[in-house]
Amino acid sequence: MAGGIKMPGEEKKQQKQEFWRWTESNWKNPDLDWNDAKIVTAGIDVGSVSSQAVIVTDGRIFAYSNMRTGSDSPESARNALNYALKGTGLPEDRIDYCIGTGYGRVNVPMADRSITEIACHARGAHFLYGPEVRTVLDVGGQDCKAIHCDGKGKVTDFLMNDKCAAGTGRGMEVFADLLSVPIIEVGDRSFDIEKEPEPVSSTCVVYAKTEATGLLRSGWKVNEVLAAYCSAMAERIYSLIERIGVEERFAITGGMAKNKGVIDRLMKIMNIEPMKTEWDTQIAGAAGAALFANTLVAKGKGRK
Amino acid sequence: MAKYPTEPLKCWNKAKELRMEWYREFEQAHEKGGLRVMGSAWAFDCIPLGLGRDVHWVTGEPYGASCAFNKPLSAKFLAATENYGFARDLCSYMRNYWGSILCDEYAFGGKFPKADFAYTQHICCSHAKWYQNACELEGGDVPLCVIDVGAGPYTPFAPKVYEHRIKYVADQLMDSIDWMEEVTGREYNDELFFEAAWNDIRSTHTWAKICMLNRAVPAPLDEKSIYSLYVFGTLQKSNAKFADFYENDLLPEVRDRVDRGIAAVPNEQARVMTDTQPPWGFLSIYRYLESWGVVSVGSLYTFGLEGMWLFDKEKKDFVPRPMPENRPETREECCRMLADWHLCKPEYQHYYSPEYKTQMMDAIAKNWKLNAIILHYNRGCEGLSVGIAENRLGLLKRGHKVLTYEGNMGDEREFDKEATQKRFDIFLESMGLTKQEER
Repeated sequence: MAGGIKMPGEEKKQQKQEFWRWTESNWKNPDLDWNDAKIVTAGIDVGSVSSQAVIVTDGRIFAYSNMRTGSDSPESARNALNYALKGTGLPEDRIDYCIGTGYGRVNVPMADRSITEIACHARGAHFLYGPEVRTVLDVGGQDCKAIHCDGKGKVTDFLMNDKCAAGTGRGMEVFADLLSVPIIEVGDRSFDIEKEPEPVSSTCVVYAKTEATGLLRSGWKVNEVLAAYCSAMAERIYSLIERIGVEERFAITGGMAKNKGVIDRLMKIMNIEPMKTEWDTQIAGAAGAALFANTLVAKGKGRK
Repeated sequence: MAKYPTEPLKCWNKAKELRMEWYREFEQAHEKGGLRVMGSAWAFDCIPLGLGRDVHWVTGEPYGASCAFNKPLSAKFLAATENYGFARDLCSYMRNYWGSILCDEYAFGGKFPKADFAYTQHICCSHAKWYQNACELEGGDVPLCVIDVGAGPYTPFAPKVYEHRIKYVADQLMDSIDWMEEVTGREYNDELFFEAAWNDIRSTHTWAKICMLNRAVPAPLDEKSIYSLYVFGTLQKSNAKFADFYENDLLPEVRDRVDRGIAAVPNEQARVMTDTQPPWGFLSIYRYLESWGVVSVGSLYTFGLEGMWLFDKEKKDFVPRPMPENRPETREECCRMLADWHLCKPEYQHYYSPEYKTQMMDAIAKNWKLNAIILHYNRGCEGLSVGIAENRLGLLKRGHKVLTYEGNMGDEREFDKEATQKRFDIFLESMGLTKQEER
């Protein structure tokens, strides 16, 4: 069975469920028609945990997809692009230029070139949140980056977590599975507690799982353990941000931006208000890549 | 089309031969009635040479690095130390060295040659225990002499050169000579000592002059090659063959490369320096930098571990420390000269404050015309990594671009090559560089 701790005396057979699995999605801009576009570009972000494809027409987001990354990067890229194009009527060969980014960027078969995800996230955040953004926190599946950028979305400085990837998205997925809590409920449930507990002592997934098991056995409620883990992740992420420093204004990209259990606690530690966006925060990298591609084509540096 | 002409170093093969010969001499010393000494690369290695021309060294740090370069062998040595009970977070050179003794296997073939005595110095917490344990692992009958060099910073980081600090070290060197006579039963020859001490001065002075030449654009040497050349200072700076090699082969050749504009990296677009020892099993990361047109021209580590410099705080510049005007004529004079010479070593100064190291790195960045600095958060060496995060902040404050990566000089289990190269990609791209294959 997938995850979950069976407590002593618990007889009920647990349902086989992948609690970590988040909902894949795609979207098409109802206000845009690709037939009217002069420039059509794509950005494909193949991350360690999720992949996104964003289609941009004349500098505006036309469509996107957000999916899990499989074991095969080229296939993940292909799936993401197909899913973004699905139902749009846009033929793939109409795309003028495509840029790959993310962990698997060199394995995006349809990409004309690749750009690192730090540059793309900065550019994407600049678009999603507006040109005022100066610090971008991207908490991805297996790493965490704090990026400073200028008014054009260009990277001026960055820091990544060191070798250990604790405190990132995949850790939260594993934890959700361990506690049999659907990942989309983690944030809310971590606040459904009487008193904020101490953080677990380590964000290392292996150690945190051991500690969580011990806490449950000693009588902690599942929500309290969730709160303790979210709190530890917030502290871990803060330690990275603290090293680079926050330049106002502050935006968050990546899947973790959707987890209020971590982000609200992080904001409390930082004592600032993050910028808001209506866009899916996971598409920042792919959006940045598609926008870079749009700029290249507009400058006559595209493939056509 | 390459931007600059390049060609291999003519003295490369000689360097390789000299190094291997040196390791063989240590191994075969007993067959010729000679003595074997083990100790740190930082040790005053000229002192035991007064016991005779048949005294041969092995120094633990370059030996540990050689082990680390051979990943399967290193894994075996590291496992042996852990099985013995040593902690995994200790100095990885030291663990490779101890593992070599525990497995009774010399990294260059055969059994590990047992030393007749250990002669070393206290620099960091690891060095305080390294040879104590090595002597015990060898059976407990290997005598150990340790010189304490914790005498305080040198000028300009101290207001002046304090005589009592020099005397503190020089007196220990004097005492150690009596100790060596006692444990080896040999009579000490001051003439041999003076000769070896002068070779020490020659090689460390010349190495600094060689490093100065790397200020040229294009750089005549890249740091991956520098590692194979600076190593002679770490193997045995008082070795006459090594001092001659620096003076007669390497220095003239590098000078000639500068005169003719010969580049180490023909597509040199940007220049960086690193810090602390690299992950020895993964020197290919330097070749990876080259694919971005980036040459690492050296570091405070490669320049200042065995090179002797004078640092000018006001001008923010280094000059090779001039050799003493007169050769020593007495044992006391020679010990004093050595103590004074080595206490100014740049790599000693950061032990007293990370700010000193930041100042020196800032000076290198300016004078060696660097575009960025790459710091290795080296889990394998507490001594040289101490304060490195503060160095990063200090360098950022002075306007430098700084990248850090985490690894271990001698334990491959703590290094992720792919993740490190990914970091390089992001950093170099943010500097406006393009990978060669994408140009």
